Amino acid sequence: MQYLLMIHDEEGRVAKMPKAEAEKMHGAYGAYTQALKDAGVLRGGERLQPTTTATVVRTKNGKSSVLNGPYAEVKEQLAGYYVIEAADLDAAIGWAARCPGAADGAIEVRPIWPM
Amino acid sequence: MTPEAEDAAHAAATRVARESYGKLVAFLAARDRDIAAAEDALSDALAAALADWPRRGVPANPEGWLVVTARRRRIDAARRGRIASEASATLRLVAEELQAAQDAGPIPDRRLALMFVCAHPAIDEGVRAPLMLQTILGLDAAAIASAFLVSPTAMGQRLSRAKAKIRLAGAPFRVPDRDELPERLGAVLEAIYAAFAYGWEQAFADDPRGRNLAEEAIWLGRLAASLALDEPEALGLLALMLYADSRRAARRDAAGRYVPLAEQDVSRWNASTIAEAERLLTAAGARRTPGRFQLEAAIQSAHAARLYGGATDWPAIAALYDALYALTGSPVVAVNRAVATAEAHGAAEGLALLDAAGAAGGLDGFQSYWAARAELLSRAARRDEAREAYRHAIGLEFDPATRDFLLARLAALG
Repeated sequence: MQYLLMIHDEEGRVAKMPKAEAEKMHGAYGAYTQALKDAGVLRGGERLQPTTTATVVRTKNGKSSVLNGPYAEVKEQLAGYYVIEAADLDAAIGWAARCPGAADGAIEVRPIWPM
Repeated sequence: MTPEAEDAAHAAATRVARESYGKLVAFLAARDRDIAAAEDALSDALAAALADWPRRGVPANPEGWLVVTARRRRIDAARRGRIASEASATLRLVAEELQAAQDAGPIPDRRLALMFVCAHPAIDEGVRAPLMLQTILGLDAAAIASAFLVSPTAMGQRLSRAKAKIRLAGAPFRVPDRDELPERLGAVLEAIYAAFAYGWEQAFADDPRGRNLAEEAIWLGRLAASLALDEPEALGLLALMLYADSRRAARRDAAGRYVPLAEQDVSRWNASTIAEAERLLTAAGARRTPGRFQLEAAIQSAHAARLYGGATDWPAIAALYDALYALTGSPVVAVNRAVATAEAHGAAEGLALLDAAGAAGGLDGFQSYWAARAELLSRAARRDEAREAYRHAIGLEFDPATRDFLLARLAALG
C-alpha cells in the first residue's frame, strides 16, 4: 500500500531557527530520506514553501475566485510530505515515527486511494 | 426434514457460531482486512448451514464447511460486481484460499491478531471494546449499544467507521513484535476490562445484558490469557475479573439491597473462582514484571483473605494503591487509594488524599468520588458536608439498589 506522510510543523519556529539548528535539521532529513531510499520504500516527497506563499482557488458557477493565504489558519502548517510504499499501517507508522518532523511537530499518515 | 434433524442442525450451527465465530471472522478477514465483508459472508454461510445441515447432516468439519461456503459467497458477491474494480484479483485470491480451506484440516486460530487489530492505536479508544465484542463474539450492535449506553444507530456507525478504517488504512492482522508487544497488549487488555467494567456496573441494573457483557469479557480475558501465555498482565487481568466475579452473589442481600464489600457475607463468595484467581495471580507474579492489572488483582486478593478467616490488611491494600496510583495516575485509583488510606490510617488522612484528588479536577461528575467523600466526611463527623456529598453521589448513581443504600446512609446522618 502507499501512504502519504504529511509533516505538520510551526512555520514560525522553523523560520526563526538558528543556523546551526537548521543545519542539524537538514542533516536529519537528509539521512531520513536516504534511509527511505535504501529501504526501497520512497515514492516521492518534497518540502513546501511557507503558507505565506499560498493561494486558494475556487471555481463556482463558472467563475473562479482567487484568495491570498493558506486554506486554513492552523497552529501547525503542512511543511512537506513523503509518499512511501509500506506493507501495512504499522510499517507506515514505523517510518512516520522516524521522520525528524515527528519530534518537533506531527506526522499525519494517510493511505493513498488506489486507482 | 424431520423436526429432530432440524433441531440438531440448528443446535450444531449455533454451537459452531458461538465457539468459532471469532476464529472464522479472523481467518476470513486476515488476508484483505475486510472485517465487514467477512462478517457478511460468515452470516450468509451460517444461514446456509441451517438450510443444508438438516438435509445432508452436519459435516465432519463444520468450521471448514463454513469457511468454504463463506468464501463462495464472496466470489458470488465479486461476480455480481459489488467490488467490480477488484473483482479479478479478489477472485484469484479467493479461489486459492478456497482450495486451501478444502485441503486444510483445522482453521488456524488468528483471534489474537484480530484482537490487536480491534485495539490498534489507530482505532478510536472508545470503540475498541465494542469492536472486539462484535468481531470475536458476534454480538450485534444493538446489544453492544445498550451495554455502553449509546444509541444503536450511533454504535452501528462507530463500528462500521472503525472497520472501514482498518480496511482502508491497512491495519495489519498480526501479533506485534516482542518490543512493542507489552504496550499493544495493554490496549487489548484495557478494552477487555472496559467491556467488563460496563457489564459489571450494570450487572444489577434492569438490563440483563449487562450481566452477559461481564461474562463475555471474562471469556475474552480467558482467550487473551490462553493466546498470550507469557504475558503476566493478561493473567493479571483475568485474575482481577475473576475476583470481582467471585463476589457477584454477595453484592446483594436477600431483599436485593446493595451490600458494601466490608459487610459482605464471605460464605456467599465463590471459593473456587477465588482459588482460580489466586493461581493466576501467582503464575503472573512468578514472571516478576509487575503491572497495573496485577496490582489491581493483588488488591482484590488482599480483600479475599477474609474468606480464609483473616482480617483485611488495610495498610497492605493502601500500599498497593500507592503503587497503582504512581503507575497510572488515574483519578479512579486516586479515589480508591484515599478510601484504603482512610481504613488503614484514619478518615483524616483519607480525606486529605481525596481533597488533593478533587483539587486536581475532573472528578465532579464521578459518582465514586462523591460517595467516598460522603462516607469519609460522615466518619469525620463533618455532617453538613457529608450530606452535600451524599446528594451529589445519589444524583449521579444509576443503579437503584446502590441509590437506596446511599439514601439510607444520608437519612442515618439525621
